[in-house]
Amino acid sequence: MEGKDNHTTDVIIIGAGPVGLFAVFELGLLDLKATLVDILDKPGGQCAELYPEKPIYDIPALPTVTGQELTDRLMEQIKPFDPTFHLGQMVESLAREGDVWKLTTDEGVELRAPVIVIAAGGGSFTPKKPPIAGIEAYEGKSVFYAVRKMETFRDKHLVIAGGGDSALDWSLNLQPIVKKLTLIHRRDDWRAAPDSVRRMKELVAAGKMELVIGNITGIKGDNGQVEAITTDKGDLVCDRFLAFYGLTMKLGPVANFGLNLHENLISVDTEKFQTSEAGVFAIGDICHYPGKLKLILSGFHEGALMAQEAFRICRPNQKLRFQYTTSSSDLQKKLGVA
Amino acid sequence: MKVIATDQNGVRHELEAIEGWRIMEILRDYGLPIKAECGGCCCCATCHVYVDEKWIPKLYPPKPEEEDLLADAVDTKPNSRLSCQLLMSAELDGIEVTLAESARP
Ligand SMILES: Cc1cc2nc3c(=O)[nH]c(=O)nc-3n(C[C@H](O)[C@H](O)[C@H](O)COP(=O)(O)OP(=O)(O)OC[C@H]3O[C@@H](n4cnc5c(N)ncnc54)[C@H](O)[C@@H]3O)c2cc1C
Ligand code: FES
Repeated sequence: MEGKDNHTTDVIIIGAGPVGLFAVFELGLLDLKATLVDILDKPGGQCAELYPEKPIYDIPALPTVTGQELTDRLMEQIKPFDPTFHLGQMVESLAREGDVWKLTTDEGVELRAPVIVIAAGGGSFTPKKPPIAGIEAYEGKSVFYAVRKMETFRDKHLVIAGGGDSALDWSLNLQPIVKKLTLIHRRDDWRAAPDSVRRMKELVAAGKMELVIGNITGIKGDNGQVEAITTDKGDLVCDRFLAFYGLTMKLGPVANFGLNLHENLISVDTEKFQTSEAGVFAIGDICHYPGKLKLILSGFHEGALMAQEAFRICRPNQKLRFQYTTSSSDLQKKLGVA
Repeated sequence: MKVIATDQNGVRHELEAIEGWRIMEILRDYGLPIKAECGGCCCCATCHVYVDEKWIPKLYPPKPEEEDLLADAVDTKPNSRLSCQLLMSAELDGIEVTLAESARP
């Protein structure tokens, strides 16, 4: 996943939520290869990030399925089509380049394809800022809300704030390479995998990291360089600060792709789910048309119809045939069940 | 049963409430500007409201998770609550809430 990727695929899907994932299946049945990009480090979109353990009751033929189970089942269903995933990357721009679209991520990866599918849901998940006055001046210099390169923290005095999986996982991952690590959380109560909590406590007991139960009151430093995080338990001297306060969804760069929008949603037709640009489609929560319902069910339907037009664009000289998975040996071969 | 909601622009709305509904759901049902991103999972704080002082004693006190989320919101005041954690009941008929700026979609 590192470096430039000039690999050309049939379809690039922005967003690996349930709708982006199922689109891989519908495209795959038509022999179209898909590549997905998501800023999250895992597939599943809202289902995996916001409600992995909540049951969903309105998925046809699945009387009850949790957000994570639905994601896992979709991943299993699209496995035969072997899609490429670029996770942990934000799609920043979309531009026409000859016959294809060129998409660029914040990691500098360039992807090209004749068809783009925007399945960006409620927008890209972005970190929430901690409510510390003046913290903006330090962002990106010595204060971070995500870990992009572990090297940024090597031999540093690091303070991590938060009580969820991200705070715990990064404490465990970075502890071996930093000079000193302090984890601060408001209460000794964690929204994280019990095993991570146990391992963190072992490191604390062994004197390999420090745990402070307290409240952050401010930040001290100069010129973007943090010198201490101030708390009601005293100052925590540090030169790097990582804060994990959860994620929120923001429309983000998709708003600047030059597509027709309707109140922060992308306008599409209801036959092909194409946007105002030929070859660029929008499906799932991000698209808008009269009567649109933000349901997973609706997103699946939108993906199926989109795939038909994607085929016409990618394979202009081939005939599109309508087939059932139950009876077509051709489709069954693609699915690896024949 | 009513909820009196003042939106971020200071406009007052009288909403018909249903027993057992979360106040967040009532606000959203009437199309008031409330993001409620996590859909009531008590994990986003984008359903933040200020409850009129005289109603505070009638509310169940916040759970630790709600307190944590409010502590991290930028515009928290002593009368802040997450409206997805407030269930409508006869006791609360006429409750007055004001939508916080941080709840704007
Ligand atoms: C609490 C809750 C309960 C729900 N219950 C139900 C239910 O019972 N039934 C139902 O049908 N629906 C339910 N929904 C709604 C359902 O989750 C959504 O309709 C569904 O997730 C939409 O899927 P999607 O793939 O369109 O978008 P999402 O799931 O939002 O996924 C979009 C993905 O795109 C990524 N992305 C966006 N922009 C970029 C970019 N520029 N670069 C990289 N990545 C990007 C995002 O990070 C995200 O992962 C519920 C939602 C919530 C919050
Ligand atoms: S809706 Fe997310 S905390 Fe209330």
